[in-house]
Amino acid sequence: MADDRVDHKRRRFLTGVTSGVGLVGGVVAVVPFVASMSPSARARAAGAPVEADFSKLNPGQMMTVEWRGKPVWIVNRTPSMLADLAGLDSKLADANSEVEDQQPEYAQNPTRSIRPEILVLVGICTHLGCSPSEKFQVGPDSGIETDWKGGFFCPCHGSKFDLAGRVYKGVPAPTNLVVPPHSFLSDTAILIGVGPEEQGAA
Amino acid sequence: MQKLITWIDDRFPLIKVWEEHMAKYYAPRNFNIWYFFGSLALLVLVIQIVTGIFLTMHYKPDVNMAFASVEYIMRDVPWGWLMRYLHSTGASMFFVIVYLHMFRGMLYGSYREPRELVWLIGMLIYVALMAEAFMGYLLPWGNMSYWGAQVIISLFGAIPVVGDALTEWIRGDFVVGDATLTRFFSFHVIMVPLMLAGLVYVHIVALHKVGSNNPDGIEIKQNKGPDGIPVDGIPFHPYYTVKDIFGTVVFLFLFFLIVFYAPEFGGWFLEKDNFTPANILQTPPDIVPLWYFTPFYSVLRAVTWEWLPLGAKLWGVIAMGMSIGFFFLLPWLDRSPVKSIRYRGWMYKTALTLFVVSFVVMGYLGTKNPTNVDLLWFSNRTWSQIGLFVYFAFFILMPIYTTLDKTKPVPERVR
Repeated sequence: MADDRVDHKRRRFLTGVTSGVGLVGGVVAVVPFVASMSPSARARAAGAPVEADFSKLNPGQMMTVEWRGKPVWIVNRTPSMLADLAGLDSKLADANSEVEDQQPEYAQNPTRSIRPEILVLVGICTHLGCSPSEKFQVGPDSGIETDWKGGFFCPCHGSKFDLAGRVYKGVPAPTNLVVPPHSFLSDTAILIGVGPEEQGAA
Repeated sequence: MQKLITWIDDRFPLIKVWEEHMAKYYAPRNFNIWYFFGSLALLVLVIQIVTGIFLTMHYKPDVNMAFASVEYIMRDVPWGWLMRYLHSTGASMFFVIVYLHMFRGMLYGSYREPRELVWLIGMLIYVALMAEAFMGYLLPWGNMSYWGAQVIISLFGAIPVVGDALTEWIRGDFVVGDATLTRFFSFHVIMVPLMLAGLVYVHIVALHKVGSNNPDGIEIKQNKGPDGIPVDGIPFHPYYTVKDIFGTVVFLFLFFLIVFYAPEFGGWFLEKDNFTPANILQTPPDIVPLWYFTPFYSVLRAVTWEWLPLGAKLWGVIAMGMSIGFFFLLPWLDRSPVKSIRYRGWMYKTALTLFVVSFVVMGYLGTKNPTNVDLLWFSNRTWSQIGLFVYFAFFILMPIYTTLDKTKPVPERVR
């Protein structure tokens, strides 16, 4: 007890350990602050799957629903629209939907859909995020080009997409329009945000 | 009065601080017009803080009320239009001043030893200022506010693996929304201004430790008189306080000309797409940032080489980060034996000229559609790519050309 010499080695060790524990505490204290900036429960709920009833959607028509604050299009394609898709391959940048992130696996097919006639797309241009407009009229009347087969046209920078959301060559948009995860609840109802396999699991 | 000062000075180093930083802070006697911009930057910071405080009294950070509250400030709040135009004009003038202030540093080698830290702290101020401006731009919730934020935040999505989670974390939602607006408001009015105030304080402390550079790039502390005072130094007060007051008057004259007669400055200070409220389904035809970001926006859009691994979009983001990051390295890239452009040879002068031209041209092209032809011969994108090459070469080749460059002898005393 009477020994008043300072044990520097011991003091350094204790200082180091104390600082270390303090540092860990400081880092842990940051966690709630960082986490509080993530999407809130309410935002996640709003980002939840959206159910859409398309019983009144006639062939050749399109409807828009909002999912995660983005426009989502549901298009009921006619047989002639579907027939035109196959002949466009040489004009498209990614005719076979090979860029993986642009559609779920179950939509990686010639029509980019589960049921051939029902197309579901996120209506946001893959270039800079504008919303393209529908141009379903065929031929010169469309005002786009004389042999236009119908599709979507982005007014911002002139990107063109066909009726499967596939991007044309030589336009600014790099990839096809996104097909969101979706599945069918019945013959006339669709669930956007959840794929068929996840729906089965849930 | 004297008694009061003595009373305070016994408890707080009042006279010591005054003398160290004002009355006995010896600055070189040969400052020229380029030396106005430091004090002017401080003036604009004060203008922004004061007008910001008063705007905050009437502004509502809520997606349903933000746009209307700005119009309310413009129309119904007494003198609200003045507060807002002072703030919006102040933002652009802040960047005008800071760019000129930085260019002064490049002209006279003010970033060189022993002022590396002054430069680095200054660069941090610049980056904080960019964050402040970007977040402030979302607050009016106009259509360009919304889509600009959408595009810039989605840039972080180009980062592999964590990109999408990171953008969700920044936005606090799956799209730019109320959560984004309120957090940008919080950062814009509390966090970044506090950081700016702290950084400006440290910037000045570091500067007064090493002393100011001057147009000759000579260290005046190496030539002191018998009284220990640099022979080429004059006390900051009253000599430079008076000079800065003159600069302030001239600046405020120009500043108020803009505030009163051209607050939108032909769409350069306030974009016309921002006079319509944010519309989630309707994008403005061209998404263009404000002029002070356009050189870097050009860099971003210039990188279109798809053959690069990981894709052109990510490299565009990296190139944009590098185009700002290079400035931090300037003190170590410059190997010239002299500081000031007055004693440098033709190589540095040519390089700096080309750099300024590329910066201005890319700034102009950043406001234009990349596929159009607004300059001679080539598309805007091709010109941006040439500008990008020149811009990067200025920094990357600097160690070489500053070593080879033939310099003139530096005199003992300032001119």
